[in-house]
Amino acid sequence: MTARLTARDLTLRYGDRVVSTHLSLDVPDGAFTAVVGPNACGKSTLLRALVRLLRPDTGEVRLDGRQVGGYATKALAKQLGFLPQDPLAPDDIKVRQLVGRGRFPHQSLLALWSRQDEDAVAEAMAAAGVEDLADRPVRELSGGQRQRVWMAMVLAQETPCLLLDEPTSFLDITHQYQLLGLLAELRDAGRTVIAVLHDINQACRFADHLIAMKDGRVVAEGAPGTIVDAALIKDVFDLSSVIIPDPVTGTPMVVPTLEGE
Amino acid sequence: MTGAGRASKAPAPGGRVREVTSSGRATPRVALLVGGLVLLVAVAVVSIGIGARSVPPAEVVRALFDFQGTDDHVIVRDVRAPRALLAVAVGAALALAGALIQTLARNPLAEPGILGVTAGAGFAITLGSALGLTGGQVGELGFSIVGSVLAALLVAAVGRRSPLRLVLTGVALTAVLSGVAMGLRLMLPDVFDSYRFWSVGSLAAREQAPLALPLAAIGVCLIGALLLSRALNVLALGESVANTLGASVGRVRIAALALITVLSGAATAVAGPILFVGLIVPHLVRRPAGGSVPWLILYTMVVGPILLLVADIGSRVLLPTGEVPVAVVTAFLGGPMLIWAVRRHGAGAL
Repeated sequence: MTARLTARDLTLRYGDRVVSTHLSLDVPDGAFTAVVGPNACGKSTLLRALVRLLRPDTGEVRLDGRQVGGYATKALAKQLGFLPQDPLAPDDIKVRQLVGRGRFPHQSLLALWSRQDEDAVAEAMAAAGVEDLADRPVRELSGGQRQRVWMAMVLAQETPCLLLDEPTSFLDITHQYQLLGLLAELRDAGRTVIAVLHDINQACRFADHLIAMKDGRVVAEGAPGTIVDAALIKDVFDLSSVIIPDPVTGTPMVVPTLEGE
Repeated sequence: MTGAGRASKAPAPGGRVREVTSSGRATPRVALLVGGLVLLVAVAVVSIGIGARSVPPAEVVRALFDFQGTDDHVIVRDVRAPRALLAVAVGAALALAGALIQTLARNPLAEPGILGVTAGAGFAITLGSALGLTGGQVGELGFSIVGSVLAALLVAAVGRRSPLRLVLTGVALTAVLSGVAMGLRLMLPDVFDSYRFWSVGSLAAREQAPLALPLAAIGVCLIGALLLSRALNVLALGESVANTLGASVGRVRIAALALITVLSGAATAVAGPILFVGLIVPHLVRRPAGGSVPWLILYTMVVGPILLLVADIGSRVLLPTGEVPVAVVTAFLGGPMLIWAVRRHGAGAL
């Protein structure tokens, strides 16, 4: 396994609250990595540190062996695409324009909108399934449509590596599976995907590599089939469960047992 | 929601829609811009023609391009054209400063005065004339530029970390400076008299002031704003996304603050405080700009001058005797326009 994006011995904090200490991990190239764990366990913080939105107190994040802090902002933006949990859309913006903003790192100060930009935007909208919404104002869309539009924006950035913070929230179950399928397709096309996911079963089903976190630490990492067992779920989520093979894919499926009954 | 927005949803889905819109998309916005420019030229010619001695439009054009030295031509060239140029520059500067501060503060009710620029200029002029240092327009210009720049620097330094802090700092500093300046003026009647002339924003009799420098500064800022507009476009998506898209958020914000300061400082210095242009013009063009900062900036640069030229024409023709200061006219125009904008766009626009 090779890893372009690595974190070593990170101490991360928001204000005075220390979220993580001695956090180290590798993001495997060309794989779909899912980060799971209970609320407030430091998943989002980790992602923000990986894309340089949060500066670690100690330790370092490296891309291709070079510290991310040393990259020019646009150079880094051509490598790492990031979608935060609740991004902000300006009031009157239309879908196509919002997706077009993803081209920013590829545009120089004076360059006009190019054929390449146009193609990238069209391709991204097609991949995210939002072509039909192209001329709609973003503000009028449903939560699920909006999430797919933002996804298209990040795709238009054309980065080899995508970091997504809970991309399936706000989506109904059909759209959740569509989005996860899209992430798997992107992985198949050679991209590196790392996503914070809430649903452990979806994570097991789609991800090649699972990172289970608790209290700012990595508790376990590896292929879902090899690391997920009842003990891990008990440890990470404090939940009693039995693990059965998913009847469709054979990946681990967590079925909680009824406690206190 | 307007009819145009709804109509765009109507066509059948699929690739055909994309084809049609991607080729025709830029055209309405370009057409609107060209139309605005034509209107601007027309309004400027009318503005130059109107006054105590009216000059027909054809004669105005001749005076500008084929100067013969007649009385009409001299009036046009030495008095009216500089005044119109001043209106264009001040209108563009205030409107653009408004568009920038509204984008930056993510608050559609923000206006350049929120950075303390106007209060800083007023305070500096009051202080200067209390100390007996403002001899004529040159002195006033100097004091007002220094005052507005210092005030904006202070507000930007304290509030640069977040839009909310910026607004609160600006409001607080404005209150303090206005209070102190008011106290000075109430104690010193002479100061009050000289301040009164400056405090009613006006384009009249400002032609004698040294305008080359402020006008050049405004010109440079217009170009600077266009260069910055794409970065502001992504900053509007929030700090996280802007950063990961490759915009240096801190630098963009400082550059925008610098532009706002120079634009509104220069405009206030040459024309006195003219409110409402900075607040209202961005609202008038927000819908056609459709969430694009570059287009918002282009439109404000055209509509700001139109609004101020029209207000300046009004200031000369509304009263049979003498002039109404242009700031009074913009306030009269601006109030109803703001209400119209709020009603049309709904509360969501504000």
